[in-house]
Amino acid sequence: MGFYLAQLLTGLANASSLFLIASGLSIIFGVTRIVNFAHGSFYMVGAYMSYTLVTLWSGSILGYWGGVILAAAAVGLIGLVIEMTILRRIYRAPELFQLVATFGVVLIFQDLTQAVWGAEDLLGPRAPGLDSAVRIFGEPIPEYDLALIAIGPAVLLAIWLVFHRTRWGVLVRAATQDREMVGALGVNQAWLFSAAFVLGAFLAGLGGALQIPREAVSLQMDLSIIGEAFVVVVIGGMGSVTGAFVAAVLISVLNAFAILIFPQVSIVLPFVVMAVVLIVRPYGLFGKPGSEHGAPVEPEQPLTLMGQKGLMVMIAAVFVLALSPLAVADFTTILLVDVMVATLFAVSLHFMMGVGGMVSFGHAAYFGVGAYAAAMGVKYFGLGMVPSMALAPFCAAAAALFFGWFCVRLSGVYLAMLTLAAAQILWGVTFQWQDFTGGDDGILGVWPAQWASSDRVYFYIAFVLCIGGIWLLRRAAHSPFGYTLRGVRDSRTRAEAIGVDTRFHQWMGFTLAGTLAGLAGVVFAFSKGSVFPDTLGIALSIDGLIMVLLGGIHALAGPIYGAVAFVMIEDWVTRLDYWRFIFGAIILVVVLLAPDGIAGGVHRLVRMIRGGKA
Amino acid sequence: MLEVNGLNARYGRAHILNGVALSVGENEVVALLGRNGAGKSTTMKSVMGLVRQTEGSIRYEGQEIRGKASHTICRAGIGYVPEERRIFGELTVEENLEVGRREARPGAPEWTLDHLFKLFPNLEERRRNLGKQLSGGEQQMLTIARTLMGNPKLVLLDEPSEGIAPVIVEQMAKVIEELKAEGLSVLLSEQNLHFARLVSDRAYIIEKGEMRWNGTFAELDAQPAVSQSYLAV
Repeated sequence: MGFYLAQLLTGLANASSLFLIASGLSIIFGVTRIVNFAHGSFYMVGAYMSYTLVTLWSGSILGYWGGVILAAAAVGLIGLVIEMTILRRIYRAPELFQLVATFGVVLIFQDLTQAVWGAEDLLGPRAPGLDSAVRIFGEPIPEYDLALIAIGPAVLLAIWLVFHRTRWGVLVRAATQDREMVGALGVNQAWLFSAAFVLGAFLAGLGGALQIPREAVSLQMDLSIIGEAFVVVVIGGMGSVTGAFVAAVLISVLNAFAILIFPQVSIVLPFVVMAVVLIVRPYGLFGKPGSEHGAPVEPEQPLTLMGQKGLMVMIAAVFVLALSPLAVADFTTILLVDVMVATLFAVSLHFMMGVGGMVSFGHAAYFGVGAYAAAMGVKYFGLGMVPSMALAPFCAAAAALFFGWFCVRLSGVYLAMLTLAAAQILWGVTFQWQDFTGGDDGILGVWPAQWASSDRVYFYIAFVLCIGGIWLLRRAAHSPFGYTLRGVRDSRTRAEAIGVDTRFHQWMGFTLAGTLAGLAGVVFAFSKGSVFPDTLGIALSIDGLIMVLLGGIHALAGPIYGAVAFVMIEDWVTRLDYWRFIFGAIILVVVLLAPDGIAGGVHRLVRMIRGGKA
Repeated sequence: MLEVNGLNARYGRAHILNGVALSVGENEVVALLGRNGAGKSTTMKSVMGLVRQTEGSIRYEGQEIRGKASHTICRAGIGYVPEERRIFGELTVEENLEVGRREARPGAPEWTLDHLFKLFPNLEERRRNLGKQLSGGEQQMLTIARTLMGNPKLVLLDEPSEGIAPVIVEQMAKVIEELKAEGLSVLLSEQNLHFARLVSDRAYIIEKGEMRWNGTFAELDAQPAVSQSYLAV
């Protein structure tokens, strides 16, 4: 009895910290529609700042809590600076583009934090007055956990009061529904957005600051929390603070008990719960379908077939690529294979996002399934390279067919989060199922057949498969199937009204994109000679997302630019010290210079050079 | 009060308005007539700064407002009542009104909750209800009341008679008369000629994004061919 109660209380204490972070994320999304990847960084920086301040002042209760609040306020201030200098300039960019900027911020903060506080984990002091345990039914419960259990609902109450009893709160809730209308009623959105962003950042900082007595402060805090925070926000319904609270309690308490029965479940449990909730309630527990007027975006331009000149440039580029192994060193050939793999992966993701209108946060799942299927074909089933290569994309297709069936029932960010859940579940299974997948150790020795083992020969295999895959996706985008998909993207209701089975088309689009991502995974597996669970991981999914968005989601060439730029820059900067900072800064510069992506920027540049109007 | 000249508006590559010109005088109610898709709503949205790609001139009280942010335009004294009503469904009636509230403006009538509840008695009964719980007619009342909370001098009313019961349409006509009596100017877009005639001083007819005709209703009646070719369905 006492043991289970203790378990419950631990779960509730976890829920409180999770709620603080998730509520801020939810408020920011609700008002600004920004999917803020930097929220984990706010949490981490809050923890580090608080570590410094409370270590300094831990002598007194007042000093300790003053330090916590001051740290959170400082993070709020950082949020303000980021909002005003970066995000404010790109609110009008295509949906989700701001996510790229927040990703740049994540990278910058990783290196900044390391530069200021060092790479070692730091252990802060306990809160004065709350540093021992009380016995409840004979079980020792840390006093601090009890304090946290009280802090969570107290913050919820405070946010509720602000949202329902102040004019600002009413405006925030109104903007969550229809921000354009709020603007037409005379409210300066810029100011409202800044305030919401500051409040969100403050709450994340507070969440981090309150963790000091519970865990060591480390540089992994940002990414360790962000996935779970998103899950909580989505389960609760994006924009709903009450929903975030309920979801945080649900996840944390379930987790506290589930690990007793099945310890391995911990890493996938939140995603399983999210998947189940989204399948039953497509907008989360407390979420509402967004207003049609939420985000004023430019209507998509129709895709045009490439003109004569463009076609010639493209053919020339492919030709140069085809001849390049004869001219460059072997390590460059290997880099070019990486570029082609990334490009096919990005183009397949773009097919899903740009053409199909389905954003994916978990596209790596199909890349990874392709890579694993190829590796297992060679290692476990004794198939040769060619049969493995031929079969593996179908395994990816099967996975995409299965998960896609659920995903296309949702839309917008919820769809994206369900793809993430699918990817995380696959990743979790791969990671834990040692006997089948090799778990963390991966599968080694996945080499191409003898005849294909030289870098140059393998380059041509990769060339044929990747360029072929990209060509196939381009064809599909310009086929009647592609037209239909774009029709569904632009207006589901109208497409349905003319008799299009919208879900079926999206499902097939999802599957095609997954299949080609799988093909990219196959080429990847044989070029590296091994596969690891991170081929299915969230980091790769995000890389793909950045390539597509940075390249320019409105153009078919966008993902090509994005992938080439991303891999080349990454290859170059990772050799430098503080490469994350440099990479993040480059991303921010590109984001600010070209809010329409590299493709849009190149387009404007070409027109400028030709002397037309920019 | 409002002078629009040579207004072009585009959504992406679609050219919606082509050289629209119109004016609204002090304390005047002007109707903008036209069929579905003629460009009435886009004209209103362009004035309100809700269309990004516009060219031409929109002057309000002598100041150029084209290209300004919509909150600036609202603060200058233009109130906008959208066609789709766009009330905040998750907010109560009172909270909806609070979103619209702005400081009193010299030279414009000042609206208080009490005054508005006199004009829209239904809203008072439902002040604690959520916006989404209201009927269509009540929502139409709420969206007008919300805009009046901003104490505008000029109100852009986009198809106020659309999709509501005839008895409410009559009430709406009274409201517009009341607005005029309070000294406001109104630009009203309508497909319902009968309703427009009831409340407006004069009219413009727009078709395919271009102004085709303007004049008083007496003049319109004298030229049956005009309403036949631009308004008849």
